[in-house]
Amino acid sequence: MSDLASPRGPAGPRSVPPGGEAIDFVQLLTPDGARKRPAEYPLDVDADTLRGFYRDLVLLRRFDTEATALQRHGELGLWAPLLGQEAAQIGAGRALAPQDFAFPTFREHGLTWCRGVDPAQVLALFRGASLGGWDPAVHNLHLYSIVIGTQVLHAAGYAMGIQRDGHVGTGDPARDTAVLACFGDGATSQGDVNEAFVFASVFNLPVVFFCQNNQFAISEPNQRQSRIPLYRRASGFGFPGVRVDGNDVLAVYAVTRDALDRARRGEGPTFIEAYTYRMGAHTTSDDPSRYRPTGELEHWQQLDPIDRLVEYLLLTQTGDERYFAEIAAEADALGVRVREACRSIPNPLPESMFDHVHVEPHAQVDADRAWFRAYQSSFETAGGAA
Amino acid sequence: MTATETSQGAAPTTTRRLTTAKAMSEGIAQEMAANPEVFYLGEDVGAYGGIFGSTGGLLDQFGPQRVIDTPISETAFIGLAVGAATEGMRPIAELMFVDFMGVCLDQIYNHMAKIHYESGGNVKVPMVLTTAVGGGYSDAAQHSQCLWGLFAHLPGMKVVVPSTPYDAKGLMISAIRDDNPVVYMFHKGVMGLPWMAKNPRATDVVPEEAYEVPIGKARIARPGTDCTVVTISLSVHHATDVADRLAADGVADAEVIDLRSLVPLDRESIWESVARTGRLVVVDEDYLSFGMSGEVVATVTDRDPSVLRAPVQRVAVPDVPIPYARGLEHAVLPNAGRIEAAIRAVVGA
Repeated sequence: MSDLASPRGPAGPRSVPPGGEAIDFVQLLTPDGARKRPAEYPLDVDADTLRGFYRDLVLLRRFDTEATALQRHGELGLWAPLLGQEAAQIGAGRALAPQDFAFPTFREHGLTWCRGVDPAQVLALFRGASLGGWDPAVHNLHLYSIVIGTQVLHAAGYAMGIQRDGHVGTGDPARDTAVLACFGDGATSQGDVNEAFVFASVFNLPVVFFCQNNQFAISEPNQRQSRIPLYRRASGFGFPGVRVDGNDVLAVYAVTRDALDRARRGEGPTFIEAYTYRMGAHTTSDDPSRYRPTGELEHWQQLDPIDRLVEYLLLTQTGDERYFAEIAAEADALGVRVREACRSIPNPLPESMFDHVHVEPHAQVDADRAWFRAYQSSFETAGGAA
Repeated sequence: MTATETSQGAAPTTTRRLTTAKAMSEGIAQEMAANPEVFYLGEDVGAYGGIFGSTGGLLDQFGPQRVIDTPISETAFIGLAVGAATEGMRPIAELMFVDFMGVCLDQIYNHMAKIHYESGGNVKVPMVLTTAVGGGYSDAAQHSQCLWGLFAHLPGMKVVVPSTPYDAKGLMISAIRDDNPVVYMFHKGVMGLPWMAKNPRATDVVPEEAYEVPIGKARIARPGTDCTVVTISLSVHHATDVADRLAADGVADAEVIDLRSLVPLDRESIWESVARTGRLVVVDEDYLSFGMSGEVVATVTDRDPSVLRAPVQRVAVPDVPIPYARGLEHAVLPNAGRIEAAIRAVVGA
C-alpha cells in the first residue's frame, strides 16, 4: 500500500497521540477512577477481588521493573518490558478458568504471573539459561513464542483438539475449555494470525484472540499495520470483535471473561483488541526515543492502569494507605526474591544441549554428544581447562 | 526388522495385493480406527481422497470431523496440527506437494521440530507431516522436487520415504505411533496411480493386520556382492531393475539398499554393505550438492575410506531446477541408463 492510499497520510510518527483521538472502547473504570457500567458487560466484583487486582498489578510491575534493572546490570541478556500493559494482561489472565489454556507472546509476564509460573523460570529464558523455562502442562500455559504470531495457529490447533475431545458446550463449568491466544498489533499483519482467524471461524473453535494493541511493532506505529481499528478485522472473518480499554483491568477482565464463556459454550471465537500503550522499550535492546512522538508517553502516563485503580479503591473505601503500604512492602520483598532468584539460575551443562532433540535416544545425536564429550575431555587431559 | 531381511520377511499371512497408495491409506485407517486422537487434515484429502491417493476412502469411514478438508493455507493447517499435537492429538497433516514447503517452513522447522527441544522435553509434538515428492511426469520446477535432503538436514524431526506398499503401510503406522514429529514423503511414482508410469513393484502383497516397519532401519532390496547401490524411494525400483538386468547379463551382481528412512539414517547398514563390496553407487532423485548422496558417501569415508576399491559414483539430479520439457526432465532424473552407467563404472565393466 502506498502512503498516498492512507486516509491519515504517510505512516510514521503521529502528530496526534492515539489516546487523544476519540477512542470508542469498553470501559468500566475511567482514568479518574470513576466506575462505568455498560449493560453488555455487567461485572460485580467484591472487595477482595478488587484488592487482588491491585496486588497483581503492583507486583507484576515490580517484577517487570526488576527484570529491566537486572538486564541493565548484565544479569539478563534481554528483557521485553510490559510497563503500561499490566491491566491488559492481568485482566485477561484472571479471566481464565483453571482448565483453560493460554498461548503467550514473549511479553506476557502477566500471564505467567496469573498462571503461577515462578519468576525465576521466566527469567531463565532471558538469561540464556533455557529455551523455555516451565512445563506448559503444569500451568496450562504454553512457552513464550519468540517468532511473531506463530503461536496463534498453535492456539487454534489446541482448540481443535479440545473440540475433538468434546470439552466444549457440555454445560459443565469444570469441563468446558477455552484457549486464549495472545498477540500484539504488529502480529495482526502476519499470515499465521490471519490464517488462524480463518480456521477458527470456519471450524467454530473455542478460542479467544487477545490482541494487545500497544501502538508499536518495535518502531512501526499502528498505522503501518491497519487502516481500520484492529477489532473491526474480526467481522470480515465472521466472528465478533470488541475493543476494550486495555488500561482498565475491570473492563479487560469482564470482556475476556465474556469471550471465554462464549468459546466454552461452543459459540466460537472472539477477537479482543485491548487498547493500551507500551510505556517502555520493545525490548531492552532498543531506544524508544528514536521513534516515539514527543508528548505521547506523558499522555499515556495520565491513563496509567494502576493509578485509576488506586483512585477507585480510595473512592469505594476498599483500600487505604495502610493497605497500599502493605502491598508496597510485598513488592519490595518480591524484588529481593527476583534478584536473588535470577542470580542463582544455574548455567546449563554444555552436554545438555544434546538433550531432547528427539523424544527417545537418537543414534546421530548420541554420536554428536560422544564427539563433544571427547573434545571437551581432550582439554582436561591436556591441562588446558581452567 | 534388520537390513538383512527383505521387506516381506515377516512371513505374510495373505496374498492380497495393494497399491502403495492403498497400503498407505489402509495404515492410516487402521490407526484412526484404533485411536480417536488420530485425524487427517489437508487440501483435497476428503471427497477427493488426496490428489495422489493418500486418503482414499477415509472420509467415508471416519467423516468430516476426522478427515478434514482445510482452507487453502498450508501454514495454517500445519500450525494447527502442531497445536493440536501439543494438546494430545496425533494429527496427520498433508502438504500436497513438498515444493509448497516454502509457504509453511517456519511452522515445520521452527515449531514442529523444535518445541520438544525448547520445552526441555516437556511438550511432545506427535504428528505426521505427509507430502508428495518427485517428478517424471512433466510437472516442472515447482511440483517435481524431492527435497528430502533439506528436511533431513534440519534437527528435530524424523524423515521416512517408503518405496513399496509394504513399507508404505508399516512406516505410516510407525510414524503415527511415534512421539516425535515424522515427515512422511511419498513419491508419486511409487503410489500405483493409474495416470502415472507404473512400476510393477508399486503393487505388492500387504498384510491385512496393522504392523510397524521400524523407522531408521534400511532394508536390502536386492542382495548382491559386486557393488552397493544405496538409494531411496522410486529410485529403488529403477536400481533394482537395472541390477537384475546386469546380473542376468553377467556384468555385475549389485546389492541395492533401500534406506527407507533418512532420519535416523541407518549408517550401519550402509557401512556393512560397502565394507563387503568395496564399491559404492548412490542414487538420489534429490539435488546432487549438499544432500543425501554426499551424506551416504561421508558415512563410509568418515569411518574408513580404504574400503573403497573404486571412486564413488553419484547419480543425482544436477544442480538445476527440474526442467519442464519431457526430454530435459528425463535427462536430469536418475533413470535406468544413468544408473547402469554408474554401476558399470564402479565395477570397471
